[in-house]
Amino acid sequence: MNNEITGAEIVLKSLAEQGVEVVFGYPGGAVLPIYDTLFKQNSIKHVLVRQEGGAIHAAEGYARSTGKTGVVLVTSGPGATNVVTGLTDAMMDSVPIVCITGQVPQHLIGSDAFQECDTTGITRPCTKHNYLVKDVNKLSSVFHEAFTIAQNGRPGPVLIDIPKDVQFASGTYEEKNKIIIPSHRLFEPSPDFEKNKIEEAVELISKAKKPIFYIGGGCINSGPKASKLVREFINMVGSPVTMTLMGLGVVGSSDKNSLGMLGMHGMYEANMAMHECDVMINIGARFDDRVTGRLDAFSPNSKKIHIDIDESNINKTINVDVPIIGDVKQVVEKMISVWKDKKCKIDTDSLKLWWDKINKWKEVDCLNYNNEGKQIKPQYAVQRLYELTKNTKTFITTEVGQHQMWAAQFYKFEEPNRWLTSGGLGTMGYGFPAAIGAQVGHPDALVVDIAGDASILMNIQEMSTAVQYRLPVKIFILNNEYMGMVRQWQELLHGGRYSESYTDSLPDFVKLAESYKAVGLRAKTTDDLDNVINQMIETKNTVIADIWVTKEENCFPMIQSGSAHNEMMLSKDQKQDKKSAEKGKILV
Amino acid sequence: MNKSVYASPDQVSEIKRHILTVLVDNEPGVLARVIGMFSGRGYNIDSLNVAEVSNDENISRITIVTHGTSEVVSQIEKQLLRIVPVHSVTNLDQEGSSVEAEVALVYIYISETNKKKVYQLCDLYRARKIENENNTTIFEIAGASERVNRFIKEINEITKVEIVRSGPVAISSIQKNEEE
Repeated sequence: MNNEITGAEIVLKSLAEQGVEVVFGYPGGAVLPIYDTLFKQNSIKHVLVRQEGGAIHAAEGYARSTGKTGVVLVTSGPGATNVVTGLTDAMMDSVPIVCITGQVPQHLIGSDAFQECDTTGITRPCTKHNYLVKDVNKLSSVFHEAFTIAQNGRPGPVLIDIPKDVQFASGTYEEKNKIIIPSHRLFEPSPDFEKNKIEEAVELISKAKKPIFYIGGGCINSGPKASKLVREFINMVGSPVTMTLMGLGVVGSSDKNSLGMLGMHGMYEANMAMHECDVMINIGARFDDRVTGRLDAFSPNSKKIHIDIDESNINKTINVDVPIIGDVKQVVEKMISVWKDKKCKIDTDSLKLWWDKINKWKEVDCLNYNNEGKQIKPQYAVQRLYELTKNTKTFITTEVGQHQMWAAQFYKFEEPNRWLTSGGLGTMGYGFPAAIGAQVGHPDALVVDIAGDASILMNIQEMSTAVQYRLPVKIFILNNEYMGMVRQWQELLHGGRYSESYTDSLPDFVKLAESYKAVGLRAKTTDDLDNVINQMIETKNTVIADIWVTKEENCFPMIQSGSAHNEMMLSKDQKQDKKSAEKGKILV
Repeated sequence: MNKSVYASPDQVSEIKRHILTVLVDNEPGVLARVIGMFSGRGYNIDSLNVAEVSNDENISRITIVTHGTSEVVSQIEKQLLRIVPVHSVTNLDQEGSSVEAEVALVYIYISETNKKKVYQLCDLYRARKIENENNTTIFEIAGASERVNRFIKEINEITKVEIVRSGPVAISSIQKNEEE
């Protein structure tokens, strides 16, 4: 029995074999054996956060910027419950995460022991899969399966709950290649998957007069090659393309075919094109309600092709004509080869008419805003940030709210994996820890969290983490002293009654940064802005840049809840009719 | 169909009863995963039945009776397949023909005045008296749910009863080859 090692050692050995370089975590009673083992080794780095919620968002940021699986290590009870938001976030946005939680020893399970909670019960609906490991000899196989499940098919979070006695117990380690995972536990596309459907799809595209590609986060999850193939295919077709919030960067902003983001705060031309297209090619998007608006008026005259790795997304909210279940990379590769084999060509005359129409919509200039005066407009702040960082390798994260939408609208992404934002769950407090994770994965890159004054306070304690590990993360706060998006909805839908959306007693963000031994900067007028941004970029330390922006700016264009793509509001003056506004009020 | 926050544009099809057979790895929490998916996404469970069916392979068979439009039931099937320990999901109604049965145990309060009627009815429905040490009148009736329903309705008209039902289990009745 010489080759027996402890459960805690099996944990570390499994992580090492899986190629894990960094773990984000926070110690506690029920994970002490694992932390003890961590102490005795050098191959895996640990980043100590200041609250477990920060650990899982950091792991998400790390995963999404590097394409690797993010790993989290927290204790039982409150450690586990604090990661629930992040697990749900990772579930909604399909981020591969393996989260290790400690559990009270098995003989205490069910006794309401100190820091006990039913972790697997609580996290069942917010993980792709979870485990309570009762047998130390199964620990390594559980770990290897967990990593596979987290990355396989549609990625997602997997949780492994390990009672403390299992961490102490001795058992044997099994190597990754010795583990056989039954096929039903994984996603496996059929070998010649839906060949006819691919031909049908290509045929449909080649006959389109008004095509549009609608690109989602699935293209990013499928890896950088998927983005390349998607770009290649769109170029071959010559079709316009729009991206969801999660899909930004798949096609470069400066690409001649790109219409930018679509949806609630998307581009006028993108939404109009979605409304009027005759063939829609959805690649890796899921017809989210932020994208579709009112369903009964969603792209009423189009044939829809839907490529998704998760079959449950097919016909969930929108009925499609040609569903293709599979990985974007593989499906698009086949589509390209079919397109070439059949020498497909789209009718150039109709395509030109379609582009003429789109160019007319572009003339509306939907992102136009009044930029007079010395006060900084939030849109202008993001524009300047973009201009001054565009030649640097930059990762942008955001919190959730108006600043997030302005970032999506005004920061131009040319590559995938550079844009990290909480799309599905809309988690305020995501951006800063995610930036920490991205910086850990890319030590030499510029990582900027575009934040709001309200969101940043949700995980501000991570300043301590950033400074401890000398992570030069930049927090770029668009400070309007409001929960801006809440205020905007209250203005538009609740008669301007700003119930609890004003944040009084905000900290002095410059002094706050200094108190953490970071650098605080402030821009009060447009005269300061460029200087502050440049100084922020040049500082080799964690920075909070407090940008004072106009307080009551609204985020436009906007499809109000309950409206359709062709019913966009371009400014405050263009009020929605009362009846549909009332209807929209009950929606989210 | 559809569970979007916005109202559905499509014609909704008729709400029907469906029997789903789900084969799962017999591991802790698997039933909670299945049930949790139903409650979490707002689907209905009319009845549910689970038992291990193969000792060597450690597989359980869950029979779920649900109702909904065909769009909703198709979503249910796809959501079930996302659960890691689920092997397969079969909608018996879509497979074509199937056989279903359930068991009910009925404790019948019997007296001299109703005794004859009770036994006549039980005979009619082939309900079998179960021997037990207290010699109380507990009957077992098995068969299609409809038949059990009718029996219960009629016995209720005669006397007071206590009932427990297993809920239906079902199996496809399509001819299969042994090699498959």
